[in-house]
Amino acid sequence: MKLTKDEVEHIAKLARLTLTDDEIEKFGEQLSGILNKAKMLEEIDTTGVEPIAQITGLRNVTFADEIEPSDLAEKLLAQSPMPIQDHMIKVKNIF
Amino acid sequence: MTEFTISQAKAALKAKMISATDLTQAYLDRIAETDGKLHSYITVTPDVALKQAKEIDKKSDFSGILAGIPMNLKDVVCTAGIRTTACSKILENFVPPYNAHIYDRLLAAGSILLGKTNTDEFTMGSSSENSYFGVTHNPWNLDYVAGGSSGGPAASVSADQCVFSIGTDTGGSIRQPASLCSTVGLKVTYGRVPRYGCIPYASSFDTIGPFTKTVEDAALVLQAIAGKSEKDGTTPDIPVPDYSTFLKKDLKGVTLGVPKEYFAEGVDPEVSQSILDAIEVMKKLGAKIIDVSLPLTKYAIPTYYILVKSEGSTNMARYDGIKYGHTTDFAKELEEIYMKSRSEGFGDEVKRTIMLGTYALSAGYFDAFYLKAAKVRALIKKEFEDAFEKCDALITPTSPTPTFKIGEKSDDPMAMYMCDVMTTPINLAGVCGMSVPAGFSKLNLPIGMQIIAGQYKEGNLFHVGHAYEQATEWHKRKPKV
Repeated sequence: MKLTKDEVEHIAKLARLTLTDDEIEKFGEQLSGILNKAKMLEEIDTTGVEPIAQITGLRNVTFADEIEPSDLAEKLLAQSPMPIQDHMIKVKNIF
Repeated sequence: MTEFTISQAKAALKAKMISATDLTQAYLDRIAETDGKLHSYITVTPDVALKQAKEIDKKSDFSGILAGIPMNLKDVVCTAGIRTTACSKILENFVPPYNAHIYDRLLAAGSILLGKTNTDEFTMGSSSENSYFGVTHNPWNLDYVAGGSSGGPAASVSADQCVFSIGTDTGGSIRQPASLCSTVGLKVTYGRVPRYGCIPYASSFDTIGPFTKTVEDAALVLQAIAGKSEKDGTTPDIPVPDYSTFLKKDLKGVTLGVPKEYFAEGVDPEVSQSILDAIEVMKKLGAKIIDVSLPLTKYAIPTYYILVKSEGSTNMARYDGIKYGHTTDFAKELEEIYMKSRSEGFGDEVKRTIMLGTYALSAGYFDAFYLKAAKVRALIKKEFEDAFEKCDALITPTSPTPTFKIGEKSDDPMAMYMCDVMTTPINLAGVCGMSVPAGFSKLNLPIGMQIIAGQYKEGNLFHVGHAYEQATEWHKRKPKV
């Protein structure tokens, strides 16, 4: 399989990336190569196998939901490269 | 004194032969003298280091596990008030508001921060060539890579620019550079060390662990950083043993498995031979050697890359040009901020990660790629569990080849991914592994041996690694920088 230019552009849009024409060609080729390699997993019979997401088997880990003082709010807001207005980050127009 | 191991430095500090300030200054001088050639460090923190050292000298209390020991952190470990870049343009000027939990634990144990060290961007790579700030050179030969992603930590320990370093390992990023630079490198069981405050790549794979000059030192550092944390829900409530009790001189009663798939085609014969020689040494130390088979090994690379790139693409979604990090100067509306900030801020391998992961997780392809790989991961985990029914640890090479030249693989992602062929299965299974120095090639480039043990069996790694190290001299060789 080889990804088409349209497919690469579509993935880039989903991923919120703007790619140059050179990048579309280069990544298209490289991603196709990697995906072709991944096709070899079809050789393995995985009927009835549960997929793994948590490798040590922990489930439903919780901690006490308690209110604690925190001085992080101002520090986190100060991280934004956007203007701050009334304790909020002011972003550009949505449309 | 920059050649000190942790235990040697501790003895000298306790006996008042040196002060923590003297020791810290010696490393700062060594960094100033050598880092122009190596480029291990992204940020050096002399003010922080000397302040911490003076406080420890003033208290004159060297009872902490790492009291007075100068170290560095891979530049993905958040340090409050100290720039933390992930070696990406998108975080070039990021100064975290809080510490990673592991840094707090290291400070509580008394260690001293010399600075932040180089990595492939967001730890995505096997050579540190993907760092926005440029490659780290191998101390054994400056034309060669130090490995990756933790190239900076590995080179800095190898070249005595610190006593120990902290790296991260998602698919080999501690063990492979340790092997390429001739240091000890420990990849812990998933969840053994809390990751709170460590910039993530693939959250179901990422682990944090030390680079050290000896196996004993690796045990000391792990003692200080392991264990359950309220801040990381993936750390289990399993007690941390006293790792020093595993440091024995012989291997009587130990069974070691040798998986034939790790000595197959594609492995440099010099590497295979060094590990086979090491196995003979361990046999003489009393170990029983058995053959084992891990037939799914050849599927590890595609399984790993599908899963890791999928998780990586979701982790990279947080970089939006709004909350923190680089933002574009050229956007008129919101979506343009995302598209342009990310495209300007990320390098090629991160873009490949995001693209591949987005594809593998997208409607229509999820079952064929992501879900299939997550099922194969279950089978690989089972394969390791079965192997550990028969033996206490597995012995393999760490990397199929010694280090390679800078630029040799940087244009070929698949060739770069294959560097991780012997380390990724360990992350897929969530077990632990450690690379220890085990020889040199004819070109005098280091060769590392990988010891692998089951989940939470780090003690087995220390037992086997320490006994082997005591019987050999490889770890005593030093590069001339």
